Amino acid sequence: MLLSSTRQQWLGNIRADLLAGIVVALALIPEAIAFSIIAGVDPKVGLYASFCIAVIISIVGGRPGMISAATGAMALLMVTLVKEHGLQYLLAATLLTGVLQISTGYLKLGNLMSFVSRSVVTGFVNALAILIFMAQLPELTHVTWHVYAMTAAGLGIIYLFPHLPVVGKIVPSPLVCIVLLTLVAVVAGLDIRTVGDMGELPDTLPLFLWPDVPLNLETLYIIFPYAISLAVVGLLESMMTATIVDDLTDTNSDKNRECKGQGIANIGAGLLGGMAGCAMIGQSVINVKSGGRGRLSTLTAGVFLIVMVVFLGPLISQIPMAALVAVMIMVSIGTFSWQSIIDLKKYPLSTNLVMVATVLVVVSTHNLAYGVFVGVLLASLFFANKVSHFMYVSSELDALTDIRTYRVVGQVFFNSADKFTAQFDFKEVRDKVVINLSRAHFWDISAVGALDKVVIKFRREGVAVELIGLNEASATIVDRFGIHDKPEEIDQVLGGH
Amino acid sequence: MSIQHRSTILAGIDGSTYSAAVTDYAAWIAVKLRAPLKLLHNIEHRDTPPLTDLSGSIGLGSREELLEELTRMEERRSRILLEQGKAMLQDAHERALARGCPEAENLQRHGSLEETLVEMEEEIRVLVVGIRGEGHENREKQIGTKLESLIRALHRPVLVVNRPFEQPPQRIMIAYDGGEVSRKALDMVSLSPLYQGLECHLVHVGQGEQESAQLQEGAAILRQAGLKTICAELSGDVQQQLERYYREHAIELVVMGAFGQSRLRELLFGSLTQRMLINSKIPLLLLR
Repeated sequence: MLLSSTRQQWLGNIRADLLAGIVVALALIPEAIAFSIIAGVDPKVGLYASFCIAVIISIVGGRPGMISAATGAMALLMVTLVKEHGLQYLLAATLLTGVLQISTGYLKLGNLMSFVSRSVVTGFVNALAILIFMAQLPELTHVTWHVYAMTAAGLGIIYLFPHLPVVGKIVPSPLVCIVLLTLVAVVAGLDIRTVGDMGELPDTLPLFLWPDVPLNLETLYIIFPYAISLAVVGLLESMMTATIVDDLTDTNSDKNRECKGQGIANIGAGLLGGMAGCAMIGQSVINVKSGGRGRLSTLTAGVFLIVMVVFLGPLISQIPMAALVAVMIMVSIGTFSWQSIIDLKKYPLSTNLVMVATVLVVVSTHNLAYGVFVGVLLASLFFANKVSHFMYVSSELDALTDIRTYRVVGQVFFNSADKFTAQFDFKEVRDKVVINLSRAHFWDISAVGALDKVVIKFRREGVAVELIGLNEASATIVDRFGIHDKPEEIDQVLGGH
Repeated sequence: MSIQHRSTILAGIDGSTYSAAVTDYAAWIAVKLRAPLKLLHNIEHRDTPPLTDLSGSIGLGSREELLEELTRMEERRSRILLEQGKAMLQDAHERALARGCPEAENLQRHGSLEETLVEMEEEIRVLVVGIRGEGHENREKQIGTKLESLIRALHRPVLVVNRPFEQPPQRIMIAYDGGEVSRKALDMVSLSPLYQGLECHLVHVGQGEQESAQLQEGAAILRQAGLKTICAELSGDVQQQLERYYREHAIELVVMGAFGQSRLRELLFGSLTQRMLINSKIPLLLLR
């Protein structure tokens, strides 16, 4: 069974996978170079990383057809590490990132993704698109008009070329853009920045090398905070991308295997002189659009990339940065969720706030992990606030016996505890008060504390208090996971009384 | 819906020419075992993507558009398959009733056949499938791409149909090698009402005193169950000898334990089950 599905994932779609892999590789080259520049390292670091990660993840990943390589989200996190400590520490941090991600996979923390709500995902994606776009701005400031003209022409080619009959759908337009702009730059002898100016390009296959850092606690102190951020952001983007590919292809993926796979791929990248990477939303969409579905597409992308780069190195160094910028602007535009802007009008304010807050935090800190943290926190608070409205206390007086009965209905927990307390009239003079809790749910200790407070207040006023249905109400307080998984148990706790 | 444990005879129906024979054999088993019959048509995911656009560019709203386009194409294809499947199931249904089956249930599922069957494993008593699906009909000497992994995944008897149903089988051959899997198969045969009244040929390829004793032991189990049993010891290539034997004795059904050897042995010497599947001219009932 295992064997047959493996074969299906590798060989189920050979022709389309090969073609899609090539299309993806052509787009990966400019991206890997651009992200290396963002991180402040030589282009070869990003190119080696993209090669290693794509090849390794194609074998060990949990989502066939998803493209992983060096990414902007990760590159942004490395900037200060590279600036202050250099490339070797980045490689060490990459290894540690891999180790952390593998442990995440074994601890099955991939399931925690369920806490990341849809608005946070949208915010993440949009923030990523904005960051990729912003990273291109340095290439567009203090330059001659040639660069603007080239970039505009590049974008024109990318978006108009696919509309040409026949060739438009066969030849990748980013490739056309790069080739044409390079030709123009070389023929016209324009004095504009090229990829060759940005640092060393690979001339050989990557070599195995252990990062040249002292193996001591001090090193760990330096790289650990970066590794944590890299591991978190890498997994988040990978899980989100996996979900997007799942939706597009209408198939399932193994999220925990993907976590482990990302870790193994990063360790591989770190050992071969590459920077940490993760799954790429834009490239994965391009892959699916080009017909890529199986593991072979990711493998082809990685292998074709390194072959192209090693053999065409001298040509690649001639590519003007303007062409690269055009491709990156396309990636940024393609990553941005246009639908989310349209949806702003019809979605509730709290949802929009979560999305916008995620974007703002990311754009101001350049760290996607912080944005997701704030987004998840906000979303949880909004949710708690919403649920706390599902609680009311009614009361009635039995004039004959002079007993007031309070009937509590709904959810009592930390957020609604004060509201709960405020519903009782402690000033009223009665002999006895009955509090009927049989339709209430007490979710936590705050709720129990609030009830205790109510009882004590009544007693201080000399009022006898009788509680009805306390056991049922507090059945929800049980904190053991999985105990209420069965429908009949849930009915018993929530609906049965 | 209550699922009766291991009670259903499940027939895999698709557009291939074997579907009629599959229905017939399944009906025969269902009638004989007085078991409910279910006819399953599975709508598989397409392996190859419906669209390829190698333009490699993504613009505003590309993701949403792509999802929409893929959904639209899949929808159209699935609708057609669904309708075709319904018609096939209806044909099979009528055929099963005509064969004397008191009732049959039609069932359509999405996803891979293997997944569907593994999900249904608890309720399956016998699975009946054609040797090749609609995609591979013209390829002689090849078994359906999914058949082997399906048999391996499912721990239930599988009847592989490879020719039209002519009459209820009268003579069956049990391929016996004395191993654990084939002894279990023997127990299953002796316990099932399906084989009552049939002539059983218990055949062993390979000679030796110990093996003779095992064969007699096996025959005793069958005789005790009231089956008319004939023993035979052959020598030579297992698959060729079995084939010769069933041709000479007009056997109509081969019963054997499936994939009993370790994966390593299979890799080195090839699997008998696989060779039987490829070469057999008569239906095979594989017991797991």
